Amino acid sequence: MIKVKINGQEQSWDGDPDLPLLWFLRDEAGLTGTKFGCGKALCGACTVIVDKEAVRSCITSINDVAGREVTTIEGLHPDGDHPVQKAWRQVNVPQCGFCQAGQIMQAAALLMDNPKPSHDQIREAMSGNICRCGCYQRIENAVHLASTGV
Amino acid sequence: MNFIDNPRKLRGFEKNIRVEKVSRRSILKGLGVTGGFVLAAPVMTRQAFAYETGAGKMPHGIVVDPRVFVAVAPDGTVTILAHRSEMGTGVRTSLPLVVAEEMEADWSKVKVQQAHGDEVKFGNQDTDGSRSTRHYLMPMRQIGASARTMLEQAAAKRWGVPATEVKAANHEVVHNASGRKLGFGELAADAAKESVPSIEGLKLKDPKDFRYLGKGQVGIVDLHDITTGKARYGADVRLPGMKYAVIARPPVTGGKLTSFDPDAALKVPGVEKVMQVRGWPWPSKFQPLGGVAVIARNTGAAIKGRDALKLVWDDGANGKYDSVAYRKELEEASRKPGLVVRKEGDADGALKGADKVIVGEYYIPHLAHVSMEPPVAVADVKGDKAEIWAPVQSPGGTREDVAKTLGIPEGNVTVNVTLLGGGFGRKSKCDYALEAALLSKELGAPVKVQWTREDDIHNGFLHTVSVERIEAGLDKDGKVTAWRHRSVAPSIASTFAAGTKHQAPFELGMGLVDMPFEIANISCENPEAAAFTRIGWFRSVSNIPRAFAVQSMVGEIANATGRDQKETLLALIGSPRIVKPNVKDMWNYGEPYDSYPIDTARLRKVVELVAEKGEWGRQVPKGHGLGIAVHRSFVSYIATIVEVAVDEKGKLTVPRVDTAIDCGTYVNPERIASQIEGAAIMGLSLAKYGAVTFKDGKVEQTNFDDFQVVRIDEAPLVTNVHIVPPSPDTPPSGVGEPGVPPFAPALLNAIFAATGKRIRALPIGKQLEA
Repeated sequence: MIKVKINGQEQSWDGDPDLPLLWFLRDEAGLTGTKFGCGKALCGACTVIVDKEAVRSCITSINDVAGREVTTIEGLHPDGDHPVQKAWRQVNVPQCGFCQAGQIMQAAALLMDNPKPSHDQIREAMSGNICRCGCYQRIENAVHLASTGV
Repeated sequence: MNFIDNPRKLRGFEKNIRVEKVSRRSILKGLGVTGGFVLAAPVMTRQAFAYETGAGKMPHGIVVDPRVFVAVAPDGTVTILAHRSEMGTGVRTSLPLVVAEEMEADWSKVKVQQAHGDEVKFGNQDTDGSRSTRHYLMPMRQIGASARTMLEQAAAKRWGVPATEVKAANHEVVHNASGRKLGFGELAADAAKESVPSIEGLKLKDPKDFRYLGKGQVGIVDLHDITTGKARYGADVRLPGMKYAVIARPPVTGGKLTSFDPDAALKVPGVEKVMQVRGWPWPSKFQPLGGVAVIARNTGAAIKGRDALKLVWDDGANGKYDSVAYRKELEEASRKPGLVVRKEGDADGALKGADKVIVGEYYIPHLAHVSMEPPVAVADVKGDKAEIWAPVQSPGGTREDVAKTLGIPEGNVTVNVTLLGGGFGRKSKCDYALEAALLSKELGAPVKVQWTREDDIHNGFLHTVSVERIEAGLDKDGKVTAWRHRSVAPSIASTFAAGTKHQAPFELGMGLVDMPFEIANISCENPEAAAFTRIGWFRSVSNIPRAFAVQSMVGEIANATGRDQKETLLALIGSPRIVKPNVKDMWNYGEPYDSYPIDTARLRKVVELVAEKGEWGRQVPKGHGLGIAVHRSFVSYIATIVEVAVDEKGKLTVPRVDTAIDCGTYVNPERIASQIEGAAIMGLSLAKYGAVTFKDGKVEQTNFDDFQVVRIDEAPLVTNVHIVPPSPDTPPSGVGEPGVPPFAPALLNAIFAATGKRIRALPIGKQLEA
């Protein structure tokens, strides 16, 4: 039996320990805010925060996070008002929106680690997250805004 | 010859404008609103429109019926239906916003509800071709104006005053003389009894009184849900007892399963069943390819199970498809005469007599859409009834195809449209929904079919592959006197009909026969090209290769004559005029030519605007270069300037992009800007990396590692968008697609300016490193 804390709640799993965390979150725990985009850690749509680090849940097994604390987009802020989320809305970042949960989680993790990133640091830290609609200019601006106070 | 002038003809094109009598009960049910009023229906005729569009020619035409689109609840909540699919353009917000504007509804009291797939009820729902605003801006205004008028009439009766003395404003009706006011909710029941104003008598708002239209101050309705993970896409649908499936499909288009061994897959924890999926012979429109499905308790187990399958395929006739060899075939075809699709003057003679002939052969390979949300669908089939939840661009078409595939009446199929995690034309083809329907029927349980990224790249409906060969003849003064453009590419029509060798009018009309230059001798030709995989619409479609070729050639002419790119471009466009090409079927994006002609004054204007705002001719540092391109597509006019920097190792960066767009009358300039910013990224992606290639009939790329798209660290540092303010009577035109085509040629012209290297084959790849 694997135990993991997700958004503050204890969850358990007694199935395949190799099951990617992504599919546990989406299909078993019903937390569909975390998205499937590539399955190979190439696009970042599945990004969640494990303890204080952004990880790609598509290549992280449920066993890898046993006993650890996972935060998904649903748990980032109780009212959805994390500075990154607020900045995202202020800048009107999303187009289709599908990659945005992963982008927001990546940005939130970046700001935990580096509260005042430069534009180059933002571009570097966010470069693992693909947006096919091409919202990059606004993503960069929103992360910058979140870091300077929304 | 198998010309299809409108691909949608293939599904019930005969039913044009149709306004159905819909019972009050069914509307209330459809909207999920209890109580309140639903407006009676003014029936729109085409004559009622201030300008004519091609909307009426789409399958099922348009329905302009406030009873269908608007409901007011006693508490004042106004519910407005969004009947087009949201894939990132903002249409789910824009069109309801138009209704609210005319209706004088307060946007904060408006709820937007997504319509299910039902074109008899809602009119055409094909969210493609950059058509939504173009076809629905005026109908939505009329719907809103009808609702407003009826609310005003109800209030006037209640007060016993002439209707001319009352006025709706901000969710209430006011009688100024007496200072009385009634909220929309209070008037709902009475307004429902009011007669419907005639369309001719409808008073539309004066644009100077607009609160929302043209302002760009309203965020998309899904903004909060998207940023909190609550927005529901296709894959986010969960039903009780739902099974999770992935499918192993034939690696070669038209291939068939020879044998399979499910044993190892069945041993994977969580896998419940392995079953064959019915496939259709190629080509068969959007029907499934067939294969083997692995059914599991979650998607992860299904994928692991599929990896363990042992599969033997018969690749069939397309097993020899090879992109290297095919490119040579296309090039050879482009060097010989082909079917003439536009002819003015004598291009052959003029080329022979020219002082100088410049030849450019431009190659662009297949592209994959790779929307961030791979195809996915949920189906629940019970007996002769089917319910689908899917991110589809064509909800009505999906309903028709599910009904046909299952052999049940269309009325028994419900298609619920989720948000689309990107579409780009891929989700105009509903094969994934058909797969889910077939599996659910056989399983007797709800099922979700999830495509992986590899499936998306291997088994999609790719953008065509093409060679565009242009020969421009110049006289001794450098004036272009002859233009021969041969376009060779497998047609989208090949996905519908075997043996298709020529492109259809809707493809020829995307930048080939509608070429706007003022040249005396023009020949546009379409040599034959056969298809060996599924070809489909990709955002901007044939405009991508055409703008790439035509606008690169402009750069080549500028270089050959030693003139400025922009001046060369304007000289080629020539005088301000309405272009009347000698073409049998102009297509013109399905729009009447009177409303939407090729207007070179507008084309010139976007060039001049982008040159001014984008500071054309500015000094740039060493290693930098500026390039310009213009292209009319989806009846909009767009010009782009790209600044590039190429370092000594050949590394390409894009410091600045400027784009000017003239899309006529518009709803939301903020979303226009986001579309154009995104188009620059998509344009840069296809120029730098875009290539799906085949060997032995199989796609060679697999995922985002070998089918790359641009990431944030290589995005332009800034993209500026300049929108031409509409004149009052300019009809709306496309926004979603037109931004893409001019980007690549502007970039390539800039690279030439920076390096002296003329790139004629995309993607750029390592060509700058050589």
